[in-house]
Amino acid sequence: MNELPILSILILLPIVGIFFMTLIRNNNDQSSNNLKHTALWISFLNFLISLYLLFSFNQQDADFQFEERYFWIEYGISYHLGVDGISILFIVLTTMLVPICILASYDSIKFSVKEYLIAFLALETFMIGVFCSLDLVLFYLFFEGGLIPMFLIIGIWGGERRVYSTFKFFLYTLAGSVFMLLAIIYIFITAGTTDVSYLLDYNFTRNEQIVLWLAFFASFMVKIPMWPFHTWLPDAHVEAPTAGSVILAGVLLKMAGYGFIRFSIGFFPEASELFAPLIFTLSIIAIIVTSLIALVQEDMKKLIAYSSVAHMGFVTLGIFTFTVQGIEGSVIQMISHGIVSAALFLCVGVVYDRLHTREISRYGGLVSKMPMYAFTFMIFILASLGLPGTSGFVGEFLVLLSIFSINTYFAVFATTGVVLAATYSLWLYRRMIFGALIKDDLSEMLDLTRREIITFVPLIALTIFIGIYPKPVIDIIEPSAKKIVSQVNGKLN
Amino acid sequence: MENILHIIPEIFIFCSALILLILGLFIKNIKLINNLAILSLLIAVALVINQPYQSIYLNSYVIDEFSSLFKIMIFIGSIVTLVMFVSSREDLHINLYEFPILILFSTLGMMVMVSSNDLLAMFIGLELQSLSLYVLAALNRNSLLSSEAGIKYFILGALSSGLLLFGISYIYGFSGNTNFNLIAVNYNSESLGLLIGIVFVLAGLAFKVSAVPFHMWTPDVYQGAPTPITAFFALAPKIAAMGLLVRFLFNSFGELYLDWQQIIFFISIASMMLAAFAAIAQTNIKRLMAYSSIGHIGYALIGVACVSSEGLRSLLIYLMIYLVMNVSVFTVILSLKRNDAYFENISDLSGMYKNHPFTTILVALMMFSLAGIPPLAGFFGKFYIFVAALDSNMVFLAVIGIIASVISAFYYLRIVKIMYFDEPKEEFDGVNIRSLQVLFYPSSFLVILFFIYPAPIIQLSEYAIKSFY
Repeated sequence: MNELPILSILILLPIVGIFFMTLIRNNNDQSSNNLKHTALWISFLNFLISLYLLFSFNQQDADFQFEERYFWIEYGISYHLGVDGISILFIVLTTMLVPICILASYDSIKFSVKEYLIAFLALETFMIGVFCSLDLVLFYLFFEGGLIPMFLIIGIWGGERRVYSTFKFFLYTLAGSVFMLLAIIYIFITAGTTDVSYLLDYNFTRNEQIVLWLAFFASFMVKIPMWPFHTWLPDAHVEAPTAGSVILAGVLLKMAGYGFIRFSIGFFPEASELFAPLIFTLSIIAIIVTSLIALVQEDMKKLIAYSSVAHMGFVTLGIFTFTVQGIEGSVIQMISHGIVSAALFLCVGVVYDRLHTREISRYGGLVSKMPMYAFTFMIFILASLGLPGTSGFVGEFLVLLSIFSINTYFAVFATTGVVLAATYSLWLYRRMIFGALIKDDLSEMLDLTRREIITFVPLIALTIFIGIYPKPVIDIIEPSAKKIVSQVNGKLN
Repeated sequence: MENILHIIPEIFIFCSALILLILGLFIKNIKLINNLAILSLLIAVALVINQPYQSIYLNSYVIDEFSSLFKIMIFIGSIVTLVMFVSSREDLHINLYEFPILILFSTLGMMVMVSSNDLLAMFIGLELQSLSLYVLAALNRNSLLSSEAGIKYFILGALSSGLLLFGISYIYGFSGNTNFNLIAVNYNSESLGLLIGIVFVLAGLAFKVSAVPFHMWTPDVYQGAPTPITAFFALAPKIAAMGLLVRFLFNSFGELYLDWQQIIFFISIASMMLAAFAAIAQTNIKRLMAYSSIGHIGYALIGVACVSSEGLRSLLIYLMIYLVMNVSVFTVILSLKRNDAYFENISDLSGMYKNHPFTTILVALMMFSLAGIPPLAGFFGKFYIFVAALDSNMVFLAVIGIIASVISAFYYLRIVKIMYFDEPKEEFDGVNIRSLQVLFYPSSFLVILFFIYPAPIIQLSEYAIKSFY
């Protein structure tokens, strides 16, 4: 195996970057540019390292790879890292989105640039840590630690109601997570360890499973978020700066989906099977209700935020079918949503930087002034509603396929969500891009700058690539998904 | 005679306090006196580390791993207070040479407290400590608030000592002994009088650790006392009283734990919940820290309520982390002043990150740590407390604990919010005081980087509870 502790390097590199950046003084434009470049290169380097990780990853092997294990706190709680076919994709997604976020913040962040970039790099460390850690305490550490930089990013650089939103975000997530902490402690006491690869083979009694599952569910349900605990998400999205929204939609929500796959169904298959109807019901409600709410939104970011809740409904549907297709679909849906919703928030950011409003009715007829923008926005709107040929289709299709094999009624309801998604997405697009250009302040609008094009190109390429040829991605996921499903079935029988 | 050799640290502190008292009459250099006091505390640390473990004076005075660890924590608290005194003594009008001497006497009292294994030794230590603290609280004679704090603390403290003595007399009456270990052998577990004694002694001790419902003095005294003394209140006496509480309960009534466990259970829950709600409305930083300390004592008491080795271990981990976090917070409170006036209102912190970015991020991280957010040290303290609680099947206590921690996160976050999200005010001019930086930076970095290798602290606390389990 590989001797280089590559996962630790991925986690630590942003910290090293932070250290260097604290040494740079921030007193004029030149130095603030230096800071931005430093942060950008650090995160880009991290992306390259994660690509190296991806290419040296053995796709046939379903076990954890690149494992690292050191003594950390005491016997049973160790510093244990490793990736499998599911987590590696999230790591690459994270490292890809962070440089894009930093690039997108070049002009929109006007003050305290240094603190902003430091917060972002710290956030990257926590996010990568979440997907790498194979120890529950370590996982919790990263999972919760990410709250601190995100709290500051929304609170300092956010919009008008930022204080309310960031408190809501923080306290909702914290309140959900502390129950997971108790569950982790209980696991530590009964099983004697919090090592994930050990616990995957450990059998909890049925009653234990039910309680522990609910505790983990409390945390992930708030984070992913599921109806009815989704209300923090639109608030946080609306007030966060563009890059904050991108990372929130792109990565932070996926932590919970990843948690469901890895922990909820991995550790507690019986309880998961028991509660699957609950999950299905909540997901269906989320898909339909939030889609309807999205229809009446006046604020672009809120609309996309509600659509995120609906899309994550598909993810939870797929996970709890316990089929290979369902899990593959969920992971692809999460990756796709990570790319597409991130891009949509960037699209909102583009016009927001020019007009400083997110009200849909203030726009209209942008296509005549911003053709390139209209094209970019179209691709992501279509991907968001799941048009064949885009990444959004692959995930939704696999999820619907798997849910259809379980229960037809759920599948029917879920499919209405696809129709509703098309309605609100296309309507948003029509109101903003098409129509006559009658508003005066819009006639001054400039099309995408070179920097903005650079941020969009990789996202467009990936959306279409996964949409047309998803095989490489599925190949990576499949062995791990199969292993999870066989483990679950093995425990259930 | 041989016994004297075993209490050299105590004798050393006592002698240096007396010598400094006499020196102070002739030398007007208060800073020198203060530095000599710091030096003698440092020497005492070395003496305590090298002390052989033994119980002496007919087993009424115990020197073991537990007492040594507590003594070192107390010394750290005292040293920090004396360092704070140097930079703030003139602005706060407490430029008196009695200050370091009273701190030394109080420290001596606390050393006796954590080593005592006898009701009388315990009471003597407690009183020596308390009497010094009464004077310290009222040290700023020109300030109405300070005098009020002193009087209030004295009256309530005297009352609690009365309750304690009353309880002691009952325990003596119904068991015929004052030695903790002999009480454990001789009591009649059926007798109601013994239970009354335990309740009264616990009430007195709960007053000293400021646990609800005996916390009323804390906010007023914290606010009124000069800030270095407030820091001292938060750092040393509570830790010492906690050590005493543990030894008293575990050594004399370890078998009878079902009787007192529910009392600790109740005051722990009450402290956590009351502090979480009461602190939300505070505008004065010192009052807020008072409620914060009440809440933290509530968490620490979970460790006692567990009556297990896990519980004691988590108590020690929690107290050590609590000590370091408070050092950091109080040094920063003392280093923020404008035009020679110290800030007291939280709103004075408004927007301070614009002028002092580095200090602010450290303070913000301290707040997150106090709230128990990972990966900071405060999280590990709570983590082990909850491990102990669940290990003893006290799910209810753990659930209340996490609910209180979410509520209390709100008021810690409020400070972060004021520092970061509100409009900036003028610069503070005290952040560059060298002597405070020497304490502030190491303690902050210790809290922030604790997660990298927490094992030593955990092993140390396991080592320190050897004499109990």
